[in-house]
Amino acid sequence: MEKSFLFQAIVYLASAVIGVNIAKRLGLGTVLGYLLAGVVIGPFVLGFVGEEGKDIMHVSEFGVVMMLFVIGLELEPNLLWRMRRLVIGLGGMQVFCTTIAISFAAYFLGQSWQAALAIGATLSLSSTAIVMQTLSEKGLLKTSAGNSSFAVLLSQDIAVIPLLAIFPILATEVIHQESTSLISSFSGWQQTLIVLGAIAIIIVAGRYIVSPVFRWVAKTRQRELFMATALLLVFLIAELMIVVGLSPALGTFLAGVVLANSEFKHELESDIDPFKGLLLGLFFISVGSTIDFGLVRDNFLIVIALVLGLMFLKGVILYVLGKSFGLKGDQNMLFAVSLAQMGEFAFVLFSFAGQYALINAEDIDLLIAIVALSMALTPLFFVANERLILPRYFTKEKSSRTADEIHDKNPVIIAGFGRYGNIVGRFLRANGVSATVLDNDSDRVELLRRFGYKVYYGDASRFDLMKAAGAETAKIIIIAMDTPQQCLEMVAMVKKNFPHLKILSRAYDRNDSFDLMESGVDYIYRETLDSSLRLGADALQMIGFRAYQTHRAARTFLKHDERVLSDLIKHRHDSKSYISVAKEKITELEELILRDIKDEGILERDSGWDSEKLRIDAKS
Amino acid sequence: MASVLIVFAHPVYEKSRVNRFLVKSVKGLKQVTFHDLYELYPDFDIDVKREQKILAKHDIIVLQHPFYWYSMPPLLKQWLDLVLEYGWAYGKEGIQLRNKKLFNAITTGGTFEAYQKEGHNRYTITELLYPLDQTAFLCKMTYYPPFVVHGTHRLSELQIQQFAQDYQQVIIGLRDGLFQEDDLVSATYMNNVIDKPYQL
Repeated sequence: MEKSFLFQAIVYLASAVIGVNIAKRLGLGTVLGYLLAGVVIGPFVLGFVGEEGKDIMHVSEFGVVMMLFVIGLELEPNLLWRMRRLVIGLGGMQVFCTTIAISFAAYFLGQSWQAALAIGATLSLSSTAIVMQTLSEKGLLKTSAGNSSFAVLLSQDIAVIPLLAIFPILATEVIHQESTSLISSFSGWQQTLIVLGAIAIIIVAGRYIVSPVFRWVAKTRQRELFMATALLLVFLIAELMIVVGLSPALGTFLAGVVLANSEFKHELESDIDPFKGLLLGLFFISVGSTIDFGLVRDNFLIVIALVLGLMFLKGVILYVLGKSFGLKGDQNMLFAVSLAQMGEFAFVLFSFAGQYALINAEDIDLLIAIVALSMALTPLFFVANERLILPRYFTKEKSSRTADEIHDKNPVIIAGFGRYGNIVGRFLRANGVSATVLDNDSDRVELLRRFGYKVYYGDASRFDLMKAAGAETAKIIIIAMDTPQQCLEMVAMVKKNFPHLKILSRAYDRNDSFDLMESGVDYIYRETLDSSLRLGADALQMIGFRAYQTHRAARTFLKHDERVLSDLIKHRHDSKSYISVAKEKITELEELILRDIKDEGILERDSGWDSEKLRIDAKS
Repeated sequence: MASVLIVFAHPVYEKSRVNRFLVKSVKGLKQVTFHDLYELYPDFDIDVKREQKILAKHDIIVLQHPFYWYSMPPLLKQWLDLVLEYGWAYGKEGIQLRNKKLFNAITTGGTFEAYQKEGHNRYTITELLYPLDQTAFLCKMTYYPPFVVHGTHRLSELQIQQFAQDYQQVIIGLRDGLFQEDDLVSATYMNNVIDKPYQL
C-alpha cells in the first residue's frame, strides 16, 4: 500500500474537513469528528489508510507537546503554585487509587502481578489531548471541574516519568534492551542530576535568554521567522527532554509556564496554535484509524465489557475523590466523565512494556484497542452527560428547590452572569428590581442562590430553560453571555420563540454590534465604550480641562459614535470580501477618525453659553 | 474673623472673562473657601451630606455665578434644591443655617441702566433676586445685597481687574467685619458698601 504523500495529505485533510464539519453541526464537538473521520478512512471502513496510521500517530503526538506548551503559556507560575494541592493531592490520589484498583482486577483476570501493576498504572492515565481539547471547546476550562481535571492531567504527566523508570525493574526477563535515553549509561544519581540540570536550563533560559532572542528576531519584522523561532524553541525543549528521558510534553509545559509572563506570550501562543490544532486533529484521526476493529469484532463482548468496566471504575474513583476535594454536583459529574477514558500515554507505555516483555503481545493489542475505543467514546460521553445526565439529575434537583418562586414572575431575565452580567444584575437588585438569572457556572449559581437570587443553572439558549425562567411573561431580556457567538445564538432563539421580549444585548466590539443590529437587536451596548470614554474624560481633566466640560465632551462623543455606527452599517457589506480583516479594521478606523473631524457638533455644543457674538454686537 | 464660603457655579468657566479674574482675586484668601460646583459635580450628582457639612462650617455664604436668564446656572439651582433640606435648613428643626449671611456675586451682560423699571430688563437686580432673598429668609439667614458686575461684554481687561479688586475688598471686609450691619442691609449693591456704586 504505497501511497503518495499528496494522496495521504488529501485523505487526511478531506476527512477532517468533512468529519469535523458534520460532527460540529450535530453538536458533537470537533474531537469526535476527527476520531470518526479516522475510523472512516481507516482499514476497516474505506481502507485509505493502512498500517502507516501508527507512524502518523507518533508524529502527530507532537500536537500534545505543543498543546501543553500553549497551556503552560496560559498558566502563570503563581497560579500553578496555587493549584499544588489539587495537583499533588487530587492527582496523586487518582493515579494511586486507580492503579491499585485496576491492578487488582488485572491480577484476578490472570495476569502476573508485575504485568498487572504495569497495566493498572498505564490505564490509570487519561487523555490530555481529548480532555483539554473538549473542555476548552465547551468553554469549561475555567470551571472548577475544568480546573481539577487539568490538575489531575498534570500530575499524570508527571507520573509517566517514574513509570518509565519502574517498568524495566518490573520486567523479569529482558529480551530486547533498547536504551531509552542518551544518559542511561550514567549511574542513578548522575541521571537525577542531569535531569534536574535540564529543568534548570529550561527555567533559566526561559527567563534570561528566550526573550532577548525573540526581541532580536522580532527586529527583522519577518513574521514567518518569528514563527520559525517559536517552533524551534518547542522542538529544542522537546529534544532536550527526550535526551534526558523526561516527557517532552512536561518540558514544554514547564517552558510555557516560565514564558507566561513574557511580553511575547501572545505572539508565541498565536504562532504555535495553528500547528497545535492541526497536529492534534491529525492525532485524533490516527487514533480513530488505528482502532483494530478486527480484533474488536473477534473479542466483541470482552472488549465492550472491558472498555465500559474500566471507564466505570475510573469514573467512580474520580467521583469519590472529586467529592472529597469539594467538587459539587454537576461539576463533580463533569470531572468524573472527562477523565474516565484511558489516554495516549498508554500507546507509549504499552509498547515500552512490550519491549521488556512485561505484558504479552496479544494482550497489548487488545489493550491498545480498548484505550483507543475509550478515547473515542469520551466525546460521546460528554454529550450524553450534558444532555441526559446533568439536566435530569443535577439541575432538576436545583430547580425543584425554587419551584414556587417561578410563579412570582420577574420582568427581567439576565442571560449570563459573568463579568458583564453581574454588574447589571447587582445594579438592578440595588434598585429593588429582582431579575431571573440564567448561568451555566454551577459554582456561581450556588453562590447567587445563597444570596437569594433566582438563578437557573444551564445554557440560557435552551428553549425549555427560558420558558421555565418565565420568558413568556417577562418584559426584558438582558443578554450578557461570555462570547459574541453565544450572544448571537441567544438573540436568534429569543427572536424566534419570545418575540415580545425587549432585547438588551452586550456587544463585544463594533463588528459584533453590527452582527447584533443585523439580527434585529435594538439596544446594543459595546462593553468597552463607556469605560474608555470615562477614562478619556479623566485624562482630559488631568491635563487641565474642566470636569464639566470633559463630562459633556464624553457624552457628546458617545452619541456621535453611536450615530456613526448606525451610518457605517449601511456600507458594511460593500467590498467586504475583498479586503482582509486586518485591513478592514484599519479602513474602518480611518473612516471613524475622518468622521470625528467632520462632526463639528463635538466641539460646538455650548453656544447658548457663549457670549462671543454678544460681545462683538455689544461693541459695535 | 468670620469664615467665607464661595459657592461658585459656571458651566463654561474656561471661556469666562470676568469670573476668571474675580475668582483669582479671592481664591486662597485666609478663611475663605472656594467651592467650585461644576468641577466637583460634573454629573450633577451632588453629595448632600458633604455639602451640608461644608455649609455648617462657614458664617458667610456667597453664591458666585453668571446671571443667566435672570437666574443662576442649573447646577446651582440643583444644589439649593438638594442641599437646603427640610429639617436641616428650614422647617421647625431646620436651624443649621440660622444667622448665617447669604448674598450673590453675579456678572451680567446687561448694564445698570438696563436693570431698571424703565430699562429693557424692566426689573432691578434686587427684584430679580427676590427668590434668593426669600430663600435666605426661610432658612433664617440674613440676605445681603448682591455684588454685581454689569455690562461684562464691554469691559476692558483693566476695568475687569478693577472689579476683581473690588470683589476682593468686599470679601475681606466681610470676613474681617469692617462694614456696618445697617449699611449692609440697606445698600442696593454690595458695590455701594465699598463706595463703588453704579450710578444712572
